[in-house]
Amino acid sequence: MITRILSVGLLAGLLAGLAVAALQHFTTTPLILKAESFENAPSAPEKHATSWMMGEARLILVHANKPSSEAGAENEWAPHDGWERTAFTSLATVATGVGFAFILLALMVFARENITLNTGIAWGAAAFVAAGLAPAFGLSPKLPGSATAALEIQQLWWLLTAVVTAIGLACLLRTTSSITRVAGVALIALPHIIGAPQPHELTSAVPAELAGHFAATSLGVQATLWALIGAGIGIFWQWGERSGS
Amino acid sequence: MTTQADTNLATGVNASAEARTGALIALLLGAFLVFTTGFAYSSTLHNAAHDTRHAVAFPCH
Repeated sequence: MITRILSVGLLAGLLAGLAVAALQHFTTTPLILKAESFENAPSAPEKHATSWMMGEARLILVHANKPSSEAGAENEWAPHDGWERTAFTSLATVATGVGFAFILLALMVFARENITLNTGIAWGAAAFVAAGLAPAFGLSPKLPGSATAALEIQQLWWLLTAVVTAIGLACLLRTTSSITRVAGVALIALPHIIGAPQPHELTSAVPAELAGHFAATSLGVQATLWALIGAGIGIFWQWGERSGS
Repeated sequence: MTTQADTNLATGVNASAEARTGALIALLLGAFLVFTTGFAYSSTLHNAAHDTRHAVAFPCH
């Protein structure tokens, strides 16, 4: 059973990650590269600024990841633009896909779910809501060059939102008690009542049109990733049933 | 005659200790992978996974 769980998660995540890596190459990555061209434009006075204090919050308008030509100057390794950057991005996407698939399958097993193509896709959709849509409601997908609050507090809020939304969805969809369902709705709302950490000033080096396009595209990419992971888990798990493992 | 319950038993997850152990291992492995690609502070990991962090909307900066 252990081998089966790990192999189904690995296979589903690997294939979903590869497909989404290809999708990224034609959707989000060109927008990121375009944003970096605005961010690193010579006319930008804040070209080399990485962060500064503004009021109580640290305003970061950046970033630290300069184009590969500047990376050496900062003595920090970064993949060179071109095939190397594409390869590392693809590797990171595949690793993320496998990680997400392991987590999703583990939760389905803990919940004693009947794992099929349909339930896999349904769990993938719920996972997209928990780890994609809900965090984006407070922290919209951002391009390089956008103002953000301090990274640590953003990461904390992202994790809190994903976990609490997942628990809230489980209360809402997997129980019949009205009280539990109301509690589920309250849990889903909680991180948004607390509020996502925001910079004091919403500035960006990239045009709003580009930022808006990226936010929508990123959500589409995430939805695709989760749908493929869920479908893959259902399909490969059923293959295991048929082969009698 | 195969009932729905039998089908569920056949295709569902047997919540044995082994299944729970497998799920726990998968959960830990998955959390480690997602932390590495999406959350780790190492500048090398950040730069390698940069475009993916933005695309999947992990907080990046």
